[in-house]
Amino acid sequence: MFGQSLKQELEDRGISRRDFLGFCASMAAVLGLPEAATEAIAAAVEDEARPILVWLEFQDCAGNTESILRATHPTIADLILDSISLNYHETLMAAAGQQAEEALADTVKNSGGKYIALVEGSIPTGADGAYCTIGGRSALQIAREVCGGAAATIAVGTCAAFGGIPAARPNPTGALSVADAVPGVKNLINMSACPANAENITALVVYYMTLKRFPPLDQYRRPLFAYGKTIHDNCERRAHFDAGQYVEAWGDEGHRQGHCLYKMGCKGPATSQNCPVVRWNEGTNWPIGCGHPCLGCAEPNFWDTMTPFYGRLPNVVGFDVGRWIDPIGLGLTGLVAAAAAFHGVGEVMRKRLGKTGSIEDQAEAE
Amino acid sequence: MAHVVVDPVTRIEGHLRVEAEVDGGAVKEAWSSSTMFRGIELILRGRDPRDAWAFAQRICGVCTTVHAIASIRAVEKAIGAVPPPNARILRNIIMSAQMVQDHVVHFYHLHALDWVDVVNALTADPAKTASLAQSISDWPLSSATYFAGVRDRVKAFVERGQLGIFANAYWGHPAYRLPPEANLMAVAHYLEALDWQRRFIRIHAILGGKNPHLQSFLVGGMATPVDPDSQAALNMETISALHKIVADGRDFVRRVYIPDVLAVASFYKDWASLGAGVGNYMVYGEYPLEDGPNPPLLLPGGMIHGRDLTKIDAVDEPKITEQVAHSWYEYSVGDGVGLNPFKGETKPNYTGPKPPYERLEVNQKYSWLKSPRYDGQPMEVGPLARMLVAYGSGQPRVKELVDHVLSSLGVGPTALFSTLGRIAARAIEAQFLVEAMERWVNELADNMARHDYRIQDNSKWDPSTWPKDCFGTGFHEAPRGSLGHWVHITNGAIANYQCVVPSTWNAGPRDAAGQPGPYEAALVGTPVANPEQPLEILRTVHSFDPCMACGVHVVDATKRELARVRVA
Repeated sequence: MFGQSLKQELEDRGISRRDFLGFCASMAAVLGLPEAATEAIAAAVEDEARPILVWLEFQDCAGNTESILRATHPTIADLILDSISLNYHETLMAAAGQQAEEALADTVKNSGGKYIALVEGSIPTGADGAYCTIGGRSALQIAREVCGGAAATIAVGTCAAFGGIPAARPNPTGALSVADAVPGVKNLINMSACPANAENITALVVYYMTLKRFPPLDQYRRPLFAYGKTIHDNCERRAHFDAGQYVEAWGDEGHRQGHCLYKMGCKGPATSQNCPVVRWNEGTNWPIGCGHPCLGCAEPNFWDTMTPFYGRLPNVVGFDVGRWIDPIGLGLTGLVAAAAAFHGVGEVMRKRLGKTGSIEDQAEAE
Repeated sequence: MAHVVVDPVTRIEGHLRVEAEVDGGAVKEAWSSSTMFRGIELILRGRDPRDAWAFAQRICGVCTTVHAIASIRAVEKAIGAVPPPNARILRNIIMSAQMVQDHVVHFYHLHALDWVDVVNALTADPAKTASLAQSISDWPLSSATYFAGVRDRVKAFVERGQLGIFANAYWGHPAYRLPPEANLMAVAHYLEALDWQRRFIRIHAILGGKNPHLQSFLVGGMATPVDPDSQAALNMETISALHKIVADGRDFVRRVYIPDVLAVASFYKDWASLGAGVGNYMVYGEYPLEDGPNPPLLLPGGMIHGRDLTKIDAVDEPKITEQVAHSWYEYSVGDGVGLNPFKGETKPNYTGPKPPYERLEVNQKYSWLKSPRYDGQPMEVGPLARMLVAYGSGQPRVKELVDHVLSSLGVGPTALFSTLGRIAARAIEAQFLVEAMERWVNELADNMARHDYRIQDNSKWDPSTWPKDCFGTGFHEAPRGSLGHWVHITNGAIANYQCVVPSTWNAGPRDAAGQPGPYEAALVGTPVANPEQPLEILRTVHSFDPCMACGVHVVDATKRELARVRVA
């Protein structure tokens, strides 16, 4: 029964209206919309024709694929997967080989300009494309064709969004982000992080279906609803930072009491993502919540700019916290710098860290 | 003679291509090729060894955790850090959770569709399905109403005309042999397992902040504080949450996964004599039960040669080598030589056809995987190897579980050397480990009772405490098999890093002597009813649970430039 409404299907599948609205309300919360938007989301999800999606994997680890499998609201998330048409996804699809490639080719041919392409993994340009081939074609050849014909392309995860780990120094394969490998692709949205949080990917799809437009993006083409604030701004340990209470050694009293991880190398002040709010795996936890510093995984080139990850320590060759804050805050992530200035992060850092004697460089820089 | 190309092999991690010569309805010869390369070990060079786990973990997001574990172990060994008991226990829980979740996902979401015909399930009688389900398990979701609901849901999906991920598959292929009721039951459990895996892996979020790519590992221990009197540490709330999730996991494995494997296998017993492969098995061993060097292991290490279960040999690390005779790399000492990882060198050198291409030149170099060998021999690694070595070593619980499965199917131990044997071994291992998890959660609680809150060896955190020049190996049993990381640290920075990974052992190409790798050997003799629809090839390849992103790596030990840890 092609064209059967989602509402009908919900009823057929025994999903109550209440469950469904509960899902829509949680989506509204993730998107930062008022509660009144719940009905609008419900109406949009029910009425819209189902979008066709294809999911491409290039130089990837399938971490984003695994992440999307962890999307919450079990039955409804399942339903949402059912109610979009996922025409190609190597890790999940039943067909293989030639039959798999035909599914992709058919979509590009028959639904040109209408489908949404999701890309996981970076795109290598070295060795004439031989560093990543699928069905004998290079990642670049496939990306040009599939992203070129898409209504929109979503780069899922930091590898697709910014090049990620394959592009980390010395970038042995000439790996590029989607934006750099396929310039001019229409409606490109970057959902960075390693991996991207499933809740944010689902929220993006619902945003598009509900508001019938793409969300406003930051300078790195990331939706503001998920990347509009720094980890530090929303961190549950912020009060300890403000109070000058830091973890000094793994397992010490401060660590056990949930004090600030800044001195252990936390990159939260320079990282824009909604981890502290949305958290991970059904809202169970997030990295800082389990006692480990933020690695900055949503930021461009974080494998090079955010390392050494435990960078606050003395005696790591060449490490200097003042110089670290300077490029991170002012140079490398301009948006973060602006946000930090606006929220007075730099000021607070100066006050709190001044007594450690390691902030002078940073103070001068500002 | 038909030349069959399966590219992409789907329902795996990563990019795998299989080429096969099919004659007289069976595979005569096969070639396994990995078609993606990133060079993460090159990227690791010059970095802070304490950061290495985070980089290495990104080798794979399906087997997340495994490269992080191997990495911290290698660095700890090199610098002499000794993780405290809580760290050992937390790692054991994390590793076993990964193993159990991964095995369930593999069976239902990556492998089941090779045996289960989704479209055929639509013709099932829900009442008969309920009888079947109730005859094999006391799992409560087994009523006729329940199965009717699942059937109608799938029916609505199919009738909508947009099959999505189920489109273009081999439905109706003569090699599908389950009755409609068994197909429907399996489809219902495919959907249940999709929910289950997400709930079960919350263990990783509790102990690692998130999954995939947990973030609580430290060289020398773990970053998760332990303190029953703090709300910001692992406490009694954690213990009780872990107990609950582990109990649910045990329930699902015992009452759904194991009965399903037995039910499906009973219709495909001929696959217990197909897909054996090289017949040599290797296991490093896993799950330290005590602290300090050379602890007793829950799953023993060892190796089996020529399918002889009566003789378990010890693994001797220096006998591990890698060859590149058929890999897109070159050795300065000649491509026919095998080099131990500490002396390994790799220079990527693509000599294959320029994409787009139709065929690989399989008599020359044809893969981004190297060919690992033990004493010159190809070895199969993975759940089957682990269960065989544990069985041969007399591990009592493994023996009990293996014998139960064999007697349920009415077959002898030789049936294990097969495609079906790999599937059964994975399920047995899941059951074995989910039982062990409960003991480790209790052990963690016992430590809290003793006020032992140590999580980290802080004495070796500062690089100034490290030897100027040191080497370390880190071994781990990942879901797909034996994993090793080799690290060389000089002046506090990584001078050299490399990994020899389960899927490299299993999926690697021929060696200089022309010996095929385990995938290639296992495919020989696989029946192929229709070369246009090589379903049977997928069965044997999937039985290994391929993970190609893991398999491809590169190091270059000849360029030992000692890069300084960079200033960001």
